[in-house]
Amino acid sequence: MADEPLIYENQFNVQGGNFSDAGKVASHIKAILKGFGIPSEAVRKTALVAYESEINIVSYARKGVIHLRLAPDQIVIETIDEGSGIADIELAMQEGYSTATDKIREMGFGAGMGLANIRNFSDIFHISSEPGKGTSLKMIIKWRP
Amino acid sequence: MTETSPIDLSTLVRLLRLQVRSGADRLDRPVRGGYVGDLLSDVMGNSREGDLWITRQVHPNIVAVASLKDLAAIVLVNGSEPAPETLNKAAAEGIPVLLAEESAFAVAGKVYALIAGAVPTAT
Amino acid sequence: MEVKTAFGADLMSDVLAFAQSGSLLLTGLTNPQVIRTADVLDISAIIIVRGKRPSPDTVQLAGDLGIPILVTRFILFETAGRLYQSGIRGCLVKVDGSVHSHG
Repeated sequence: MADEPLIYENQFNVQGGNFSDAGKVASHIKAILKGFGIPSEAVRKTALVAYESEINIVSYARKGVIHLRLAPDQIVIETIDEGSGIADIELAMQEGYSTATDKIREMGFGAGMGLANIRNFSDIFHISSEPGKGTSLKMIIKWRP
Repeated sequence: MTETSPIDLSTLVRLLRLQVRSGADRLDRPVRGGYVGDLLSDVMGNSREGDLWITRQVHPNIVAVASLKDLAAIVLVNGSEPAPETLNKAAAEGIPVLLAEESAFAVAGKVYALIAGAVPTAT
Repeated sequence: MEVKTAFGADLMSDVLAFAQSGSLLLTGLTNPQVIRTADVLDISAIIIVRGKRPSPDTVQLAGDLGIPILVTRFILFETAGRLYQSGIRGCLVKVDGSVHSHG
């Protein structure tokens, strides 16, 4: 990644608790990638992981940032949030495990599928978290012109 | 929807090639209708007795909902696996839990056709 | 607009994981997240079931993104049943991107 010149780079702020705007950044990222003519499968995967990450920030953090980096062979989405963090990452990755509130569930999220989706749709996925501080995710989606 | 001739669970298991994970001794139950929903409060409020509940929700609380509402069975779709605690509860409460590889839409489409007495679709 | 497949769910993560681009989305949810999810996946149209009305911000967003919303009084089970009888089929997209039409 470090060796590759970037085609495009941007970052977007996400406000925790702002449920009405949740997904706005993912829609924006999708539109940007489409504009660059990225193949639809890679756009779909990237939008999906960005969207689930954005929902996580809105649901569990005070605020966060989503970075988009477009390289000639891959798309990197990196999210860093300030929030409650995750005490047991292995447990949080398990499908069906969730600490979601009713508000999150009413939106159709919070069924314990988000992180599993992010992992499954990324070609490379990293997660790190510090309880009480926040969570960072890095997702890489490969693409070819 | 007409409820002319109730079809039983064992017929649905056979025609839709469902896996039986709980309640194998209760497959003689009639299925009077169907409900598709993943939000427990929705299913609590709107499903009817004897409905086949088609869902992707695997949380143990689905068993309590099925039991309280006297639903015929729970069908978990998209090849999803129930949490172990869900199966334990289902066994304790005598709620059949069935698994489908197909989506909720396809399962609902086929069950609807069978209940409505339309020509059974070959799977 | 011609549609061949549909997906029914109330869990948006489930839709994200499995629904195929171009499908109809049948759901009991009415909030803007349904539209966001449809946008991410290029869903062709949304059918809101059980006579629920989409919230004003949902309608606004759907207009902005050009995603049609239809409303039916039928429950999701019956909506799926009727569409299935008219030839619409289910779809599951695996994570590797392969499409499995079935039913």
